Amino acid sequence: MSQAASFDDMRDLYQEVIMARGRHPQHQLRLDPYDGAAKGDNPMCGDRVEVRIRMAGDTIAEAGFEARGCAISVASADLMADAITGRTPTEVRTLAERFRVMVHTGACPDCGPEMDPLRPLVGVHEFKSRLKCATLPWDAMLGALKESGHG
Amino acid sequence: MTMIRPAPLDVERIRAEFPILSETVHGKPLVFLDSAASSMKPTAVIDAMADTMRKQYANVHRGLHWMSERTTDAYESTRDAVARLMNAPSRDEIVFAKNSTEAINLLAHSYGSLMQPGQAVLITEMEHHANIVPWQMLRDRAGIELRIARITDAGELDWADYESKLADGRVALVAMTHMSNVLGTYTPAARIAAAAHAAGAKVMFDGSQAIVHRRVDVQALDADFYVFTGHKLYGPTGIGVLWGRMALLDAMPPFMGGGDMIGSVSFEKTTWARVPHKFEAGTPPIVEAIGLKRAIEWVEAVGYDAIAAHEAALTEHALARLADVKGLRVIGQAQDRGGVVSFTLDGAHAHDVATLLDRNGVAVRAGNHCAEPLMRRLGVDSTARASFGVYTTLGEIDVLADTLERVREFFA
Repeated sequence: MSQAASFDDMRDLYQEVIMARGRHPQHQLRLDPYDGAAKGDNPMCGDRVEVRIRMAGDTIAEAGFEARGCAISVASADLMADAITGRTPTEVRTLAERFRVMVHTGACPDCGPEMDPLRPLVGVHEFKSRLKCATLPWDAMLGALKESGHG
Repeated sequence: MTMIRPAPLDVERIRAEFPILSETVHGKPLVFLDSAASSMKPTAVIDAMADTMRKQYANVHRGLHWMSERTTDAYESTRDAVARLMNAPSRDEIVFAKNSTEAINLLAHSYGSLMQPGQAVLITEMEHHANIVPWQMLRDRAGIELRIARITDAGELDWADYESKLADGRVALVAMTHMSNVLGTYTPAARIAAAAHAAGAKVMFDGSQAIVHRRVDVQALDADFYVFTGHKLYGPTGIGVLWGRMALLDAMPPFMGGGDMIGSVSFEKTTWARVPHKFEAGTPPIVEAIGLKRAIEWVEAVGYDAIAAHEAALTEHALARLADVKGLRVIGQAQDRGGVVSFTLDGAHAHDVATLLDRNGVAVRAGNHCAEPLMRRLGVDSTARASFGVYTTLGEIDVLADTLERVREFFA
């Protein structure tokens, strides 16, 4: 029995940047000191992420995460940390909502250039079972924001 | 590269009885290697259930009319089929539940209510959450102790640890898997039961996986309770079984209250129906029970000897093929194992592996397999798991292995 595998179309999901960030994330670190932290758990698959943020005035100065998970969830956490750094809680909540729309629908009519770094994850919308991998770090980050008193 | 050995049963004939196996996924033939989560259903089961709803259906145990009597007979005859399947001493010892999880919860609730503070329940590190959480809930409710017998690095019961945890005579019940859903390990059930009894404990086996692959004889095992679920045994969802010794079931209070489980009801006092009805409140899963009976007949017609031989050949082939995939590590090296193989692949998380396998039509499970403590014990976050059924072919295992080579290249 032969069933030749061709994964060419899988590069829509596993784009270069996702492979790279999944393998060598830049923000996988235990941030300390920090102003807010929260964990995200996906008991269905065993993914786990903890996100910590440090504030400077009214903006996020730094974000870091510790994750055990797949390439999608680690890359998503890492790109998220890039995207939210230097932004206010209000901006970050808007980003989170747009990200959610983008990965669920594959489109984001309201997205501006601030979403560009997150666009490599758009392919997730075709993989329903993987949506949670992409959104878990964002849910944890919103929890961390809340804990910091900026929720 | 491929070792083809003659299959001990006519797999192609069997596959023709499973309509779903001719479906395609992403344009590829379905290679279904997730039977340990739930098996596919043969036409015989599908037809038996549809025919019930088409031709002969009514509620059971209530109607004086022809349809109800006939449906009651069909429903009740499943108890005979289950008793025969497990070699239970009496059909009246067969209690229907929704699934193994509900059967274990029933036991934890009803048998558990007879336990005293200071007594213990003994489980193992390789239990499914279904055989952990109900006992934790009992522990927190009733003040009993929950003990955990260790496993070895190979994924077998650590016998010395098991015996030491029985030693003080305070274990009231050993509740253990008969076959691990993650490692494929068969536990030495007869020996486990003998040791439990010598220490004054009763023993329950979770046979959700085991009864699919091998003949189970509860009398030969000298078990006290045994649970399994229909949907892994080529039957429908929504029906599971708790078997228990009559004297034990008889002493247990009901689980849920309602219709069907009563003798007589007044606002002052209600008396219970006799076993097994005492444990079956409300309208039961009638169509599902009839489907389960047909599934049991189907499995018996194929024969456990043929099933066990076929799956042993599949497992051997899988272990040989997977050993050749670079960076692949099989989790669990039990001597006595069934058709479940968990593995990790260097450089690729199990979810990513499963997504790529799926793209080539290969369905495996990935994650913690409802066994988080076991994952922690094994030092892995998650694994991918290929599991086999009576319809699995050696060729499908080759597809798995060949595709895994491509997955490895993809993530290299």
